[in-house]
Amino acid sequence: MQVTVTVNGEEYTRDVDTRLLLVHFLRDHLGLTGTHWGCDTSNCGVCTVWLDGVPVKSCTVLAVMADGHAVRTVEGLERNGTLDPVQEGFVQCHGLQCGFCTPGMMLTARWLLDHNPDPSEEQIREAISGQSCRCTGYENIVRSVRWAAEHSTVEATK
Amino acid sequence: MTTVETPMGYGSMRRKEDARFIRGRGTYVDDVTLPGMLYGAVLRSPFAHARIVSIDTKAAEAHPKVRAVITGAILDGLKLAWMPTLSYDTQAVLATDKVRFQGQEVAFVVAEDRYAARDALELIDVEYEPLPAVVDARRALDPDAPVIRDDKDGKTDNHIFDWSSGDKDATDRVFSEAEVVVTQDVLYPRVHPAPLETCGAIADFDKVTGKLTIWCNTQAPHAHRTVYAMVAGLPEHKIRIISPDIGGGFGNKVGIYPGYVCAVVGSIVTGRPVKWMEDRSENLMSTSFARDYHMRGEIAATRDGKIRAVRVSVIADHGAFNGTAQPTKFPAGFFHVFTGSYDLEAAHCAVTGVYTNKAPGGVAYACSFRVTEAAYLIERMVDVLAYELGTDPAALRMRNLLRPEQFPYPSPTGWEYDSGDYPRALALAMDIAGYDDLRAEQAAQRERWAAGEVGGTLMGVGISFFTEAVGAGPRKHMDILGLGMADGAELRVHPTGKAVLRISVQSQGQGHETTYAQIVAEELGISPDDIEVVHGDTDQTPFGLGTYGSRSTPVSGAATAVVARKVRERARIVAGAMLEVSPEDLEWEKGRWFVRGDPDQGRTITEIALAAHSSLELPEGVEGHLDATTVYNPPNLTFPFGAYICVVDVDPGTGRVKVRRFVAVDDCGVRINPMIVEGQVHGGLADGIGMALMELIAFDPDGNCLGASFMDYLLPTSMECPSWELGATVTPSPHHPIGAKGVGESATVGSPAAVVNAVLDALKPFGVRHADMPLTPAAVWRAIQGAPLRTDLAIG
Repeated sequence: MQVTVTVNGEEYTRDVDTRLLLVHFLRDHLGLTGTHWGCDTSNCGVCTVWLDGVPVKSCTVLAVMADGHAVRTVEGLERNGTLDPVQEGFVQCHGLQCGFCTPGMMLTARWLLDHNPDPSEEQIREAISGQSCRCTGYENIVRSVRWAAEHSTVEATK
Repeated sequence: MTTVETPMGYGSMRRKEDARFIRGRGTYVDDVTLPGMLYGAVLRSPFAHARIVSIDTKAAEAHPKVRAVITGAILDGLKLAWMPTLSYDTQAVLATDKVRFQGQEVAFVVAEDRYAARDALELIDVEYEPLPAVVDARRALDPDAPVIRDDKDGKTDNHIFDWSSGDKDATDRVFSEAEVVVTQDVLYPRVHPAPLETCGAIADFDKVTGKLTIWCNTQAPHAHRTVYAMVAGLPEHKIRIISPDIGGGFGNKVGIYPGYVCAVVGSIVTGRPVKWMEDRSENLMSTSFARDYHMRGEIAATRDGKIRAVRVSVIADHGAFNGTAQPTKFPAGFFHVFTGSYDLEAAHCAVTGVYTNKAPGGVAYACSFRVTEAAYLIERMVDVLAYELGTDPAALRMRNLLRPEQFPYPSPTGWEYDSGDYPRALALAMDIAGYDDLRAEQAAQRERWAAGEVGGTLMGVGISFFTEAVGAGPRKHMDILGLGMADGAELRVHPTGKAVLRISVQSQGQGHETTYAQIVAEELGISPDDIEVVHGDTDQTPFGLGTYGSRSTPVSGAATAVVARKVRERARIVAGAMLEVSPEDLEWEKGRWFVRGDPDQGRTITEIALAAHSSLELPEGVEGHLDATTVYNPPNLTFPFGAYICVVDVDPGTGRVKVRRFVAVDDCGVRINPMIVEGQVHGGLADGIGMALMELIAFDPDGNCLGASFMDYLLPTSMECPSWELGATVTPSPHHPIGAKGVGESATVGSPAAVVNAVLDALKPFGVRHADMPLTPAAVWRAIQGAPLRTDLAIG
């Protein structure tokens, strides 16, 4: 069936199988490969994107469920050539190693900071607890989000 | 954005590779789409052990989007049904006679898209005749055990190898006269590296040129190229492996898996590129697991706590095919480093490898040159001894640690530890942890508990002191499938003074593009920003065995320093010609050769680079340009070490364990980029908590894999991990060109014992001496009840 999805502010219309997963729609149909796939069971969270401003795991959302809705992916974090403070924070605090979980982590971090601009370490840990990272032991991800909180000059971006 | 100055050498510079990753612009293998590309999917066995009666693929072939269906019978016709493993065994690419583990590859479908490929799997009809499965490694050699590898001529049992190390007679002698002997069975259960990116490949065979290009997230692209040449009989110069960005490896991406070979065959058959990406269940069920060591440790000591000898016997479960990737001479890897960090009179180990109806492998999960198993065993045994002697485990370790003046230390099992200051590291860890205060807090808590105060948690403090053996290795002693473990490096300095370094190893997140540029920067005084690191493409890089076993910095890092020094010496000759002095009269300071005694007379590396490519007349026999190549054959392994202290709170009512603190002091020699080193340690500590408390691949009596998704195979999250407290000592390796030792796996090796020792320390009031990993709430609770779980089997 035909779906129209707004991704990072741009409208895309495509014919898709009703069973097509949102993660495959983004990656294979739109070529937005920054969103990754990792487990199929909503556990690892590397496929996390925003759907209407809320982080979701796109491996368990059908593309047709996003019809008429707005999706934000890692490719939509940078605005007009300016990195989101979350992106800068991940660089400054070595919040990534292999980079595979990073897009999903950064999207959740942006959502958290939009709703809680000054989160505690505990609140950050809870926010990312549905997403796995095998490289960093989480420490530097937490520091990265704190860095972003302390260096946020931009308004909430939801 | 805070600007951080790029250091002209070592230091915590931010990573060059991050720019693409934070924008979602990395290129992982599944991000690559080639024109006309098809998708493959593997049909897998639902049984752990069964005879294949028939396979009917007609319905799948009739699917409109299917382009090929490949079975074992078809591969057999091409002599490709079996492939060599990295341990001189054979492994079925697609099963022909029997299936030997649940999840084994049975058929391969190639279709127009990934969904259609999966659909077609459902259309293949396989008739199986189930056979009894060998699930318990300890029963694999029973006379009545079903024979798994009846494909091997004359095979009548499930025995793979016997291997031993150390002096048995001397060890037995010490044991026979020892005042105290403690014996403990210790299981290191089967776990899985589970990188978040699963394994996958795209095979692209060009019929016209005969060139096979394989995009694959492999940690060892050059070794893969050679093995493909051996397996498929293709000429090696017509094979190109491109290993793009890798979403974590941890050893999982060293081996060659049947899916890769099937993708190659699929591309040859269809004439189009074929992509195969495994799903998570396939990753957990069929690709390289780790550990599965069933160990009996014995420790001999004096009554006052001097450890004298250690004796170990091991049953090593290698699954259905011996696919472990160990150096040829060492079928149990470097397990014989089990004497750990202690001064012993004698030691001996005997390891027996067995086949079971489980997934093959054994290479994986940072580090399974079996150092992880060895470090866990000795550190558990020392705590068991402390328990029996009633001594403090820190004091017992301090008493027995090797002393700095004993290095280089010849170990009783034949290693030569390169350098170390062990007491300093342990003292620092105890200082950071506030060890005495922790013990005082614990004593007070235990007093309240003994007085009948109920409720609340019990704290435990666990220590682990590990010595690693990494950087394999000296080619005289170490090869994999006959390929010596030396690595090449090539450095080009362009006329404008910018450089390109080409290396054989491949990063899976370790930050090689940054670290290796820093090594060159340190040696030549060129900014790391002006040095491009090329890796992961066999057509573009020199040969080498790849990144695993913490070998990149010890081997390729050394190669990089050596090749940079060669460039520096070439630059010296050119500078001499420029300054019209003898090269011997020049002195080096970072980035510049100058005339001894006249520092104003000098030339920078950039000036020299241009001159080296110019019409400048050079001395007779000097070729010009600054480019150089090298192959680094390490003279010895390097021996990183560390002292870890874990503090846990255990709820005896539920068995729940909360890690309160974790202190890690690592000594990996010289740190090129301390930020990256600490990141490596953080990740390994999380792995350790995962393995100690959660991660497990268990099997039921029929051989069904019980850890086949992330709903069953539990990864530690941000909630289980504490905020890590790190410390560092630096004891350079005396034989490594820059004194570095490697660190990628240190924390994974060292941390599980600290966590387990902490939990068992908490359980001391219940008289629990040992319980096996993972210490899930159920396992802890059962241990408290005096009925410990056998965690590897879902039996009892």
